[in-house]
Amino acid sequence: MAFRNYILVCGGTACESSRSQQIFDNLKLEAEKQGVADEVQIVQTGCFGFCEQGPIVKILPEDSFYVKVAPEDAHELIAEHIIKGREVKRLLYDKEKAAKHAQVEDIKFYQKQFRIVLRNCGFIDPENINEYIARDGYAALEKALFEMTPEDIIEQLKIAGLRGRGGAGFPTWMKWNFSKNVESDIKYVVCNADEGDPGAYMDRSTLEGDPHSVLEAMTICGKAIGAHQGFIYIRAEYPLAIHRLEVAMAQSKELGLLGKDILGSGFDFDIEIRLGAGAFVCGEETALLQSIMGHRGMPVPRPPFPAVKGLWEKPTVINNVETWANIPVIIHKGGEWFSKIGDEDSHGTKVFALTGKICNSGLVEVPMGTTLREIVYDIGGGIAHGKKFKAVQTGGPSGGVITSENLDTPIDFGSLVKIGSMMGSGGMIVMDEDDCMVDVAKFYLNFTVDESCGKCMPCRIGGKTMLGILEKITDGKGTMKDLDTLTEIANTMRKASLCALGQTSPNPVMSTMKFFRDEYIAHIVDKKCPAGKCKKLISYVIDPAKCKGCTACARKCPVSCISGSLKQPHTIDQTKCIKCGTCIQTCKFGAISIQ
Amino acid sequence: MAKISLEELRKLREQKQDALQKRDLAGKDSQIIVGMGTCGIAAGAKTVLDEFLKVLDEEKIENVAVTQTGCMGLCYVEPTVEVIVPGMPATIYGKVDAAVAREIVKSHVIGKKLVTDHIYDRPSVDIMKA
Amino acid sequence: MSVVHVKINGIPVEVEAGSSVLAAATAAGVKIPTLCYHEDIKPTASCGLCIVKMEGSPKIQRACASPVQEGASYITDDPELFQARKTVIELILSTHPADCLTCIRNQNCELQKLAADFGIREIPFDARVKRLPKDESSPSIILEPTKCIKCGRCVEVCQDLQGVYALEYVGRGDGSQMQPACNLPLNDSPCVKCGQCAAHCPVGAIYERDDTELVRQAINDPAKTVVVNIAPSVRVGIGEEFGMGDGALTVGKLYTGLRQLGFDKVFDTNFAADLTIMEEGSELVHRLTHGGVLPQLTSCCPAWTDYMEKYYPDMIPNFSSAKSPMQMQGPITKTYWAQKAGIDPATIVNVAVMPCTAKKFEIGRDENMSASGYKDTDISITTRELARMFKAKGIDLSVLPESDVDDPIGEYSGAGTIFGNTGGVMEAAIRTAYWAVTGKELEGVDVDAVRGPEGIKTATIKAGDLDLKVAIVSGLGNVKTVLEEVRKARAEGKEPPYHFIEVMACKGGCISGGGQPYASSTPNRAARTAGLYADDKRSAVRCSHQNPSIKKIYDEFLGAPLSEKSEELLHTKYHQRPIYQ
Repeated sequence: MAFRNYILVCGGTACESSRSQQIFDNLKLEAEKQGVADEVQIVQTGCFGFCEQGPIVKILPEDSFYVKVAPEDAHELIAEHIIKGREVKRLLYDKEKAAKHAQVEDIKFYQKQFRIVLRNCGFIDPENINEYIARDGYAALEKALFEMTPEDIIEQLKIAGLRGRGGAGFPTWMKWNFSKNVESDIKYVVCNADEGDPGAYMDRSTLEGDPHSVLEAMTICGKAIGAHQGFIYIRAEYPLAIHRLEVAMAQSKELGLLGKDILGSGFDFDIEIRLGAGAFVCGEETALLQSIMGHRGMPVPRPPFPAVKGLWEKPTVINNVETWANIPVIIHKGGEWFSKIGDEDSHGTKVFALTGKICNSGLVEVPMGTTLREIVYDIGGGIAHGKKFKAVQTGGPSGGVITSENLDTPIDFGSLVKIGSMMGSGGMIVMDEDDCMVDVAKFYLNFTVDESCGKCMPCRIGGKTMLGILEKITDGKGTMKDLDTLTEIANTMRKASLCALGQTSPNPVMSTMKFFRDEYIAHIVDKKCPAGKCKKLISYVIDPAKCKGCTACARKCPVSCISGSLKQPHTIDQTKCIKCGTCIQTCKFGAISIQ
Repeated sequence: MAKISLEELRKLREQKQDALQKRDLAGKDSQIIVGMGTCGIAAGAKTVLDEFLKVLDEEKIENVAVTQTGCMGLCYVEPTVEVIVPGMPATIYGKVDAAVAREIVKSHVIGKKLVTDHIYDRPSVDIMKA
Repeated sequence: MSVVHVKINGIPVEVEAGSSVLAAATAAGVKIPTLCYHEDIKPTASCGLCIVKMEGSPKIQRACASPVQEGASYITDDPELFQARKTVIELILSTHPADCLTCIRNQNCELQKLAADFGIREIPFDARVKRLPKDESSPSIILEPTKCIKCGRCVEVCQDLQGVYALEYVGRGDGSQMQPACNLPLNDSPCVKCGQCAAHCPVGAIYERDDTELVRQAINDPAKTVVVNIAPSVRVGIGEEFGMGDGALTVGKLYTGLRQLGFDKVFDTNFAADLTIMEEGSELVHRLTHGGVLPQLTSCCPAWTDYMEKYYPDMIPNFSSAKSPMQMQGPITKTYWAQKAGIDPATIVNVAVMPCTAKKFEIGRDENMSASGYKDTDISITTRELARMFKAKGIDLSVLPESDVDDPIGEYSGAGTIFGNTGGVMEAAIRTAYWAVTGKELEGVDVDAVRGPEGIKTATIKAGDLDLKVAIVSGLGNVKTVLEEVRKARAEGKEPPYHFIEVMACKGGCISGGGQPYASSTPNRAARTAGLYADDKRSAVRCSHQNPSIKKIYDEFLGAPLSEKSEELLHTKYHQRPIYQ
């Protein structure tokens, strides 16, 4: 027999520290006492992510969302809600709406996420076209093919105000319009699925969860600009996404939603998949097009822009996965509807891959204009393990860090640039007090240096030279003059590099130097790494007062550099220590620290 | 499947909309949806999927359809599984392994009891309702 | 043609639509520093030196690759741009060995010049020079990757201008290199040794194999009789090394200089060029009148023959079997002249001075290159090497008196001298073929229809009843277009579109060969070409068949063109070669 009600008590770390365990126990007790133990199941759940309002109790099936619940409230919740069927208004999150019976969907926290791109991800079976169709799939294509002119389609994108989600934020309608207006017998539509920022996987998840949305969008674009061939350039490291795309393409071809004479409209459109070998620079549109054509993936000068002269010199619209995934919704629901989501600068939503030192890492889609604070603390549940927030990196290796003082900046294209970062493709890496910002800068620069195609001299030599200087600094050999040199090279790279990779690769360095100059100075002048990250600048030290002489660390040390006799304080031979950190993990007495 | 016309597509959509709402998959009234994105698979979703099929088979339960979906966004608790059983709230379980999968079948599907400690929530509103 | 009006640093200028900002600046008399840019290739836009600002745009553009926009106003220099350029140069220098004094490009290096122009006195960055092994596998070209600045010119030249694809961008980022694919040695790559990579390299990373020491040793060996012959275009190139101006005709001074260097006899490859026309022209007439395989393709360019053997082996039957002038001069020197002079050919060292790096390969390409029983040409050096030899000996070509070539294998006609520029072989052949077909001399010998710098030229020449259809190609990258036409006609069983096709691997012909003084540019090519036409014009004899020395050698030694003796000494065979060894 099913239960009448389910009571979910948040058992996340944050809520537990606010006595959620006691709430759970009390609820069980009250249910017994009040004789409903058989009718209601009380369970402890994982974090709801809404830690600010914890502890949280949710009662199903009514979906009543109770916040800041105290153990003393257990009696009332059982007596009122379970037995009398009346919500306990004073504990409801949204008291205004209590009368109308608050639903999860009405609660602000959940409204912080708003799914357009990810509308079907995690909901439909991506390998079943019927489920996509059931969720209004291909309804936009119907409209585009039978009810709209190319001008209408582009007009809707213009009204919607959709800007490219790949990072640069170029208005999508303008790209389409450029291509539409070029006279050419052949035109192309390209999907950039060469997602490469460290920690970013929005596009992969979109393709894996909802491949048809991209296929539908590309076909709509074909109709708008007069193209009949599309390419999806996707990195070979995404086998599942490729598989799902292949399945989706086969299914839509079978139904005649792709191929010749789509839905009897007379319009032909086909799509091919091109696999990339995983070079980061191939995410740059001109390099990507070179790669599709079978050339080495190296950026070429723009203009001419791909929209005018792209693949094989033909007009080519290239958008990234997330941009494409927005399009069927815009066409289906109208540009007007889309334009109301987001803020003044940027419309719609943005998907972020929230990772790093965050409680709830994951894929979040929020309306433009949401603040970083909301993402980090409300959705992400704050910093993991009770550590202190230090910064968020957005825009991947092209972006910059955002510090606590800018946490209330609304996330949109303009605002992020103003504070020295950029939207980028949607990687969002949260850093805490244990992250060394010089090391972070080094990490990103190392990535771009490694991924530089090597064609353009400012990028190839400048990046590597900057990296050498950062290494010097983290090795404790830096000088204050190095900071000026870094700035000088960065300025040159920004001006003289050919593509965005080189122009933006100094950003992480410049941004950390701006906001965390003290950390650079600590490395250079004090020869210290405040976060204890840079191995050359730290030493592991045993506190003789705390050391019990258990010998555990000495036994685990891989280079046998810890000595001392049983029950006597041990010491670490700094000349031999490789700073692997094994001892610190082994010590049960907290006697070893990093200095 | 033959190539379809506009009218047929619209009809198909209506049919399938009903089916999706009822989650009525060929006479099955319950559904276990496993998040099979790369994140899920990397965290062991394939094993979980196999275990579901195995346990359902062992228990001779035939009214449950096991399907897959993409990433639900809750990457920190992968593998994730959504369980829809009539008369019970649709529930998203996280950090599901083979043992938990077995428990979900035994407890949630058969015993109509939620599985404590593995419940997470649907992370966002659904724009299709907006 | 539509015109665009722009301002460069405030100077109004009118240029053709689609011109680059760099071209507009040049038109306005403003020099923008460049390093990777070269007019012969499409911009690689790799160096970042030519950055400019456009008023009203936040973006910095590369002048070489940005087309001008109507009404735009460009700023080519301000403190910000200057600093960025200077930093770029400093960055490049930090990864470039400071080996200037011992570098082959010392005083002739585009990077060195930039460093000097910008007054770079110290490099603020830690030196990070990667010492990489030289690739000395090729008989013609040395790759010295340590000095490479990865501007990409060589790759663009090799792939785009020449269509050879021997050089590639290999590796990426800091590890990128310009080299053959799969890390193969150059000699195992599709390289045809044309040397255009070396001619376009701005630094000392690609250059000719230096064989001057071999020449010096031979000259210093009293037991050897050392003779030299100079190719047509050497005479209009070498003067540039001595401040004589582009395309200066130096022939008389050159003979004097060579004698001062210590050569025992000074001959001229132009003599053999006349001989080539006799053989190749007769072969053409034979093919035309005996239903031979048409079109006939010229075979004097060793890079072209190498290319054909690798990429178009199906064209082997179309190839003229006549050797190149250099390889006709060789066996004639060691047989005809050796006999006449009473010298043991074993003691003769025959040196050829060529505008070409592929010639170094040609002299040893197979056993047919030893038709005399000895190596027909012992050493082939380039114009640049000869200039270095002169300079090392303190010989200033510009002040030397003129002298005459040695007989009997030095005298040449005007037809022989124009072998050095595109269209020249064709024109020389037409002059003689016309006579051979009609029995009459071509009136006013100039054949303007086959002249000009274009990469592909076609013409129809009337010779009696015959409409001789010809095509002239220079720049190997252009040859595909013409050969595909031939292939297509052949596949469709149609008449070949041409009877005779001249191919020279280098843009503009040998005057712009891979071994010529560094100067690949349109005006320079025009000047050198004009120099050769001037040499032709001033010649008393303008047709190969009228050259008295040619008549004499047939009378005394060879008999007639295509005779058994001619076939033995002056003709060769071609065979398919693998693209990769």
